[in-house]
Order: sequence, then structure tokens, then C-alpha cells
Amino acid sequence: MSNPQVTRREALVVLTAAGTVVPAVAQHTHEALAAAKSLNQGANYKPKALVKHQFDTLKALGDLIIPADATSPAASEAGAAEFIDYLCSKNDELNNIFTGGLFWMDNYMQSKHGTTFLAAKKADQIALLDNIAYRKLPSPEFAPGQKFFMWARNMVMDAYYTSPVGMKDLGFMGNGAMSEFSVPKEAVDYVMKRSPFGA
Amino acid sequence: MLQIQRSPGVGDVVIIGSGAGGGTAVKVLTDMGMNVTLLEAGPMLNPFKDFKEHMLPHEVDHRGAGEAAELYFGRQQWGYFSAPNGYWDVPGEPFTVAPGNEFKWFRSRIMGGRTNHYGRISLRFSDYDFKPRQFDGLGNDWPMTYEDMAPYYDKAEEFIGITGTKEGMRSAPDGKFLPPIPPRVHEQLVQRAGKKLNIPVIPSRMAMLTKPVHGRAACHYCGQCGRGCKTASAFSSSQAMIFPAMKTGRVNVISNAMAREILVDDRGWAKAVSYVDKTTKQEKTIRARVVIIGASACESARLLLNSKSAKYSAGLGNFSGQLGRNLTDTVGYALNGHVPAMEGMPRHNSDGIGGMHVYVPWWELDKKNKEFPRGYHIEIGGGFNMPGLGSNRVGEGYGAKVKEQMRQNYGASIHFAGRGEMIPNEHSYCDIDPTVVDQWGIPVLRFHFRSSEHEINMVKHMDRTFRSLIETMGGKVTSPAFPADASKAVSPGGFIIHEAGTVKMGNDKTDSVLNQYSQVHEAPNVLVVDAGPFNSNPDKNVTLTIVANSWRASEHIAEEMRKGNV
Repeated sequence: MSNPQVTRREALVVLTAAGTVVPAVAQHTHEALAAAKSLNQGANYKPKALVKHQFDTLKALGDLIIPADATSPAASEAGAAEFIDYLCSKNDELNNIFTGGLFWMDNYMQSKHGTTFLAAKKADQIALLDNIAYRKLPSPEFAPGQKFFMWARNMVMDAYYTSPVGMKDLGFMGNGAMSEFSVPKEAVDYVMKRSPFGA
Repeated sequence: MLQIQRSPGVGDVVIIGSGAGGGTAVKVLTDMGMNVTLLEAGPMLNPFKDFKEHMLPHEVDHRGAGEAAELYFGRQQWGYFSAPNGYWDVPGEPFTVAPGNEFKWFRSRIMGGRTNHYGRISLRFSDYDFKPRQFDGLGNDWPMTYEDMAPYYDKAEEFIGITGTKEGMRSAPDGKFLPPIPPRVHEQLVQRAGKKLNIPVIPSRMAMLTKPVHGRAACHYCGQCGRGCKTASAFSSSQAMIFPAMKTGRVNVISNAMAREILVDDRGWAKAVSYVDKTTKQEKTIRARVVIIGASACESARLLLNSKSAKYSAGLGNFSGQLGRNLTDTVGYALNGHVPAMEGMPRHNSDGIGGMHVYVPWWELDKKNKEFPRGYHIEIGGGFNMPGLGSNRVGEGYGAKVKEQMRQNYGASIHFAGRGEMIPNEHSYCDIDPTVVDQWGIPVLRFHFRSSEHEINMVKHMDRTFRSLIETMGGKVTSPAFPADASKAVSPGGFIIHEAGTVKMGNDKTDSVLNQYSQVHEAPNVLVVDAGPFNSNPDKNVTLTIVANSWRASEHIAEEMRKGNV
């Protein structure tokens, strides 16, 4: 049996095997690796569990939960719908939550505006979300929608912030290799000045 | 049909379990030139294949939820990216809990056991931790003193490599330390708050290398120690002890080997170990001159309880009835807060070593009229952690506002966890379930566990302390309110994964199973070297003391073998 113990140098070679160069100080070792890897998303993605209409609806819902802004793109750029659809294809319980919830949304829209959620006016979409996105329910009829929206929001946010664009949006710079650890003075000063302790 | 196979030859020493205790025995004995056989109930470990330390969540389609989305339904046993280290429920190997009791039993089935993953907090027990009954009249004294253990703490620390600083505190004895690591921003805030509240916040003592040690590379500060460390810069018994020992050719490793029973001779001494080869599903027997058990406190008790013979009707070495008794786990309680001063903090890499860079040792040792005996230490969390499933969410709302909120709050939270000492009590123990066996036909453990007023009063104190720390930092507590029934605030038994005490050591044969060198009184060629022998379970995580005690026991048994006493 080969000895699985390795030196740091060997490990860094492994870390850089994907073509990334690890400099002495903090650097996101994974950007190149991540870019090289095909994410489970993109124009060619074929839904595995949801039918196309449901998938498109989920994608639109995701972009209402995490829209694009001046800093970063929307949930669809993070593969949120693909992530959820993929897991729905692996877990019937989850699949039922999402198909049930998406049907409920469409049904509600049909009864109110005679259209699907996807085809509804943005103002009507927003009006529905405002009824199901908060802890306090305007009326009991929204309870199933509220329950579904919690799942949708949690999983869309999970997908977004674990994606390259979401991590960049937060400013995560870690899980790389550093030769030494230090704490930037500007971060300490910024916080201390704002704290009860003062600079 | 199962076949009993008898291996030829008498191995010098058979070691059962490859975690901190078994790994240390392997290292110490092979360093002395002895041959050992190591039985591990799980598979071999290959860090390069098994450790996912540098993976980002989106590198797998499920992003860590598991192939069947287990995480979303509370069915994930342990984080997908964590080092392979064990389970809350081992498939086919159940345990039972007595009605009205609660206990969770984490078990490891992998080369290196829980050391592949553990928090690596490495604290010496204090002088009073070895003599708790002399100290305050509660619990049981160890049959040795701090001075007896100190040289082995030295050896363990010098070998493992532990960060720290000399502080001169009785509740946190100094050791042989590697350089400490600078405190992160939130940790510097806690230091300032501690200063105001007279709570010491000192550099943490962690088994991560801030300098190269014995051929192991210095840390590369990715902060992912819990996922296992390919460079072995975070200590594990597999990488630092067992693999190097295997290179010497003096270790016969048998993985997927579940020990069933210690077989004894006419004197009642061990002569062989019977085990199940999980791969071939066959019973096998290996002869041994000495058996060293480091299967984990409860698993070791189970093995001895199941080793019944004419001489030992209640289990090997159990004339005292103490086998399985005195079961303790660490008392856990945690509180989270949000600190506005850290909102919008300039971004930087705050990873460092996995876990805290500073901690709070017990600071009220000399206080009179305490509401509870002994004490606890405080662990500190925060910083720009790697996002994962569930880490960046809101309770309500959606849209651009939520996004802005996420940016603002990232890195602005603070987390305190108390880890305190539980006093052994008569209601907390494990025994053999009279009716249930596992898939190997081995009778399973049944747990009985109860917290006392001591533990309940301790978590109340933790809650008050954490609140005042958060508020002193100008922060707000974000955790749910402290439960009206304070007993609900104490972590369930087993949950902190620091089980200890089930194979008590002592000078009095009528009140203990082992002597001070971890040998069974009646069978001196049987040793237990995990946390089973511990007479107390102080607020100082068990691993470092397991290593030190196993080192001491291993040297002693080697000397006894040399003299021909065993």
C-alpha cells in the first residue's frame, strides 16, 4: 500500500493541478477549477423531474427571490432551478413539494387573473409573493403557498450563495492556500471604530 | 454457514480501534520495535480520495445536500463534505435507549476514527481534574495525579503539535506549544468584551501546525480541518500515527474487523480476540499476548461486557460492577448573535485554522458559592465562513432587499458554545440490552442517561455569560429564547461526542475495572486506552488526555512484557 501521507508541497501541487496558480497570499484557488467544471446548468439543461412549464415557472420565481442588481446577477445565473430540479429527481418527497407548490401558484393565478403565474403581469406576481413570503398570513387561503414559498426561498438562496456568482456577491475569499495567516488592519479598524470599544 | 477460522501464530499485541487511543498504542509500540495487529471496524482511509477539504459546494450537483437531498429532510448523518468519520446511526448496528431517557451515540467506522474530523481542541486536564473528589467532594478521583500525566502530555504535545501560549492559569495548564495564530476580527472584539467583563480570552490550543512538525507540513490555512487534511497539518491518528507505523512493516492492519469478544485462558487472562470480518462475513479469531482496546468509551465497555466466561459472568474484569457505569458527556449550550459593528466589514480571507483562534478557559475556579461545581470553557465562532446549504437564508421576504441584507450581514454574526463538565451520576450508564443483537449477532448497548441540577445550573450560567458578551460587543442575541424548562437547554447525552467514564480506573479493585496503567485488574494483559478509563470528564475535550494516557499505558505494558510479567 502506498503511504497516503503527503508533504505540503505535494499537496499544493495537487491543489494547482487544475491549472490554478497558488500565490503566497490569499487567492481563490477554485475559480479556474470551478470555471473548468461544467455546472449542472445552462441553456442546454433538460429538466429531470419538472415539466418544462414548471421548470420555467421555478426559474422565474427564483429570479423574483434573488433578482439581478447593480452588483450581481439573478438566481437563474446561479443554476437555482437546475439545482432544485436535480434534487427533485432524486427525492419524491421534495418533488411533491415543488410540483404541488407550482400547481398551487398557477391555480391561484388562474382563479384570480385567468393566467398562469409565468404569464401573469409582474405586478400580479409580486402581489402574490407579498401574500406568501412573510410569517404573518393575510388570510388562511395562502397557507399552502406560504409553506411552498419557504421551501422555494430556502433552496433558491442555498443555490445562489453556494454558486460562484453568489460567493462573489458575498465576497467569500477563502478555502485556498495561504503561506501565513494575517488579519488586515483596515478590517479591524473599521469594526473597532463602529464598536462600543472605539478605535 | 459461518466458519470459525483460527489464525496461526501468537501476535505480540492486538490493538482494537484506530482512533486517538489505538493510534497512540500503535505508534508507541512500533516505535519500540514491537509488532502489532490493528483491528479497525471500518475501512481503510485514503485521504487523497476521501477528504474533500478544498471542494466548493457547487463542484457537486447536489452542493452538499447528498445524492437523495437528505440534508433537506434532516436525514443526513453528517455533512457531505466532512471527513469520513462515522455516524449517528450505523447501518445494521443499532443501540437502544431505556424508556424515558435520551442518548445519541456517535460511532466511527474508519481508519483513524473520529480523529479524522474532530475539533482538535487540545487542553490538558488540571491538577484538580485528576482529584475531583478531593477538590469538591463530587465524582471520583483518578488513581494518578497531574504530575504522573504531565510527562506524557509533554510527549503528546511535542508529537502532535499544538498551538498556544503560556498563561499560568490553574484551570488551563500550560504545555509545549507551537506559535499561536492571530485572532480574527470578531475574536478581537470578543477579547475587548472579555476585558470589560473580566473574562479571559486567550489563544486557542489546537492540534494544527503553525510550523512543520515531524515531517508534517505547516498548515495552509484553508479553514477546512473538519473535512480532513490532505497535508496532515491538522492532527489525525490515521495520518500522523498509523500510516507512518505501517511504513515500518511492524503493523498488521485488519480493517473491516468488528471485535466480538475477548477470549480468556484458565487464569482469566486474554488469549485471543474473536472478530467478524465484515468483508467476508466470517468469524475469525486472532491470538494475542496483550489486547489493547481503544474502541471508544462505550464500545470498549460493550466489548468487555460481552466477553463473558466461567470466570467473568458479568463481563471481563467486571467484579466491581463498574463496567458501563459513570457514563458522562460534555455539557453543551450555544448562543448566536448579530454584531452591527461588523456589518459591511472590508472583505478578507478569515479562514485561518479550522475553528477558533482564541477561547475562554474556565475563569471562576476560585469563586465562592458557585451555583454549580467545576466549570466550562467557551468556544467562539464567526468570520467570513464558506457559504454552504442553509448558511445564508432569511426567515421572510424576498427580492433585492434580501440580497442587500445578505451582503450586509455576511461575517457579522458571532457564535458562543459552552463546553462544560458533567459530574458522573448513578442514573447515567450503559449496559447490554437483553434482547437486541446487531447484524453480526453481537448484543447491543442500552443507554440510560440523565442530567442533574449541576448541569442545568451550568447552562443557565452559560446563557447569562454569552448574552452579556454579545451585548457588550453592541450585538443582539439571534438565538431563540432560553427555554422555560432549563433542562431542555442542556445538550442531549452523547450529542457533544465526548463520552467517557465507562471503564473506570482506580486503586481499589472492588470499585474499578482498571489500574492506573489502564490494565484490567484481573487480566493485566487487557488494557483500555480510550476515554473509558476517565474518572472525570472535565471541560477540556478528551482527545489530548486519551493520547497522553494511552502513551503512558503503552510504555508501561511494553515494559511489563519485557520483564515477562505479561
